[in-house]
Amino acid sequence: MVDFQYCNERAIARNNQIKADIYIQMIERLPKIYLYRRLVQAKLFIDKNYHEAIDLNDIADEAYFSKFHFIRQFKNIYGKTPHQYLIKVRIENASLLLKKNIPVADVCYAVGFDSITSFSALFKKVTSCSPANYQQAELKRQNEMRQSPLKFIPSCFAGEKEWLQKRNFQ
Amino acid sequence: MVYQNKTQMITKMNHVSVFVLNQDSAYDFYVNKLGFKVNTDAAMGPGMRWLTVCPPEQPELEISLMAISEGMMFDSLAAQQMRELVQRGTFGFGVFECDDLIATYEELKAKGVEFTKTPTKEFYGFEALFKDDSGNWFSLGEKKS
Repeated sequence: MVDFQYCNERAIARNNQIKADIYIQMIERLPKIYLYRRLVQAKLFIDKNYHEAIDLNDIADEAYFSKFHFIRQFKNIYGKTPHQYLIKVRIENASLLLKKNIPVADVCYAVGFDSITSFSALFKKVTSCSPANYQQAELKRQNEMRQSPLKFIPSCFAGEKEWLQKRNFQ
Repeated sequence: MVYQNKTQMITKMNHVSVFVLNQDSAYDFYVNKLGFKVNTDAAMGPGMRWLTVCPPEQPELEISLMAISEGMMFDSLAAQQMRELVQRGTFGFGVFECDDLIATYEELKAKGVEFTKTPTKEFYGFEALFKDDSGNWFSLGEKKS
């Protein structure tokens, strides 16, 4: 015979255990999620305002961190201090502007650096290529892409799908 | 004879296609939201554009964002069918990897990326699912340390 009372007690106990587990998970998760959101917001702030004179104290304040705690937590997630990350974002954006044929000096100020010498040195350190050389190489590649785009496309796509026949490019 | 450590078989994959409804919008999604780098953006004439992007730390894998339009790889019926299937979320094109899933999830969510599964611990790893702007879905997993 089935012992209904026993089954019922077991079910309630199991149910309570699940509730307790969820509660513990929430308690453990909640502060972590808020911490993450604040750090992600700080990162997005740098992504958006990299060209301004960013004061890390302001970001730390905005994220409700002490400066040192902020730097440590940021590095934990992104593997770089906020300052190192800011430099990375500036260099990346500089390379995008250089591709658009904007003069090196203009690019330097546009991404938030105020010395061309230090900009060039940092750029070279990160990309192992000076801004001027990088720009030259990129413009050359773009030109080639315009003149003979098929060089950049695996021929299986271009050939089999009749791009060759339909276009006047060679 | 000098022994060379070379295998005379396929060694790598360097191009993969993802079929998208609109290349401009896909560019915005993959570059501005996912943070991928443009590798090649070559205009081939009206309606034909060869657009490839690479995951930031994998410059040797080009993801070709192929427009689903008549004349490229599809005839008009196939294009129409393909668009419907993509929109309906039929295709999952792969698994991306990140170092910290919660941070990446929070960032992509803040940028408006649609997730169909929030970060979840599975027996095979920590994973979330998201959709691109066309409807293709991808898994996003945390690198196992």
